[in-house]
Amino acid sequence: MKKKESTFINMLAALFIVTLISGLALSYVNIATEGPIAAAKLKRKVAAIEMVVPVFDNNPVATMKAVFKEGFKDSVEVYSAHKAKKLVGVAVIGMSNKGFSGLIKVMAGFHPDGRIINIQVLEQKETPGLGTKIKSERFIQQYVNKNPASFNLTPKKDGGDIDALTGATISTRAFSAAVQQAYEVFENLKKD
Amino acid sequence: MESTVNKKETFLRGIVAENPVFVMLLGMCPTLGVTTSGFNGLGMGVATAFVLLMSNIVVSQVKTQIPSKVRIPAFIIIIASFVTIVEMVLEAYIPFLYEQLGIFIPLIVVNCLILGRAEAFASKNNLIDSIIDALGMGLGFIIALTLLGAVREILGSGSLFGLSFVPENASTFIIFILPPGAFIALAYLSAIFNKIPTK
Repeated sequence: MKKKESTFINMLAALFIVTLISGLALSYVNIATEGPIAAAKLKRKVAAIEMVVPVFDNNPVATMKAVFKEGFKDSVEVYSAHKAKKLVGVAVIGMSNKGFSGLIKVMAGFHPDGRIINIQVLEQKETPGLGTKIKSERFIQQYVNKNPASFNLTPKKDGGDIDALTGATISTRAFSAAVQQAYEVFENLKKD
Repeated sequence: MESTVNKKETFLRGIVAENPVFVMLLGMCPTLGVTTSGFNGLGMGVATAFVLLMSNIVVSQVKTQIPSKVRIPAFIIIIASFVTIVEMVLEAYIPFLYEQLGIFIPLIVVNCLILGRAEAFASKNNLIDSIIDALGMGLGFIIALTLLGAVREILGSGSLFGLSFVPENASTFIIFILPPGAFIALAYLSAIFNKIPTK
């Protein structure tokens, strides 16, 4: 078969048909994947909440409160976990822009009395092998069961109570700042 | 259209003799960017191979309908559509891999391997040969990225496909999971592949 001539009409028609078909195909896939994408995002969020608060029987995502923080694109999200109508824990997202490569986003779970239950790193771009150790259990264990009211979250170098990660003091500092921010939001909301 | 190429050779050359990464040095951006672990390399390789296969199929079918002056924009639209489909499907069903690969999924569009095969092969050959070519090249790309990712993971993190074989605090060659390590590992693997006798 011979190739179509490159006349104006032929080129216009070819590009029009190609774009039309891809447009239709993409809108079909978009509709088909919209539900699963939303479900996957929700699942990830619930999974993170489950990691940082005790067992709950309500839907924490429905209790979500957004608190605006100066200097951050996303607002701080607060989720309360209830069991048998009693508050058992609060999951708060904390952020810091002071990481070695920018934003560090964590989810910290607090007991109603202010003690930290657990912390999950949601987003980070730290140096692999050094700063990424903020995700390690051994490091996070230092924060667990501590109440930031009496426990200084900053690294020992800055007069605090946390052993900084070797070679990653900046990441440690930023991680602590993110947890501290989450704690402050939690305390502010508790007063209300 | 009569087949003009040797099918077996078309398939095999993508794996060693004309390996897209180690011999032709195509698609360096995802190659260097995402291969910090074997799993990431494998995921990227499969995503790219899928797009390559689909675009080769479509291009080989529409080639006579597309005037040659607008063939590049038309091919790019076809490739971009498949990349976007892959992106949406990954986000919906494999969110873990989607997060790991991040910005490199949309960048499959500008992977010169895919446009290169559409332009150099699929636009001149029939459907069956184009599929064989895409499978060979795609497999070569998957092998290359998985190998590179695995080497960097073994040296840099002391693990393979996420299974660690060194104690938690052992010091590993961290440089291999950093960007410079990508170049070093690529250079050595490329040297080895170019030494493999192909005839």
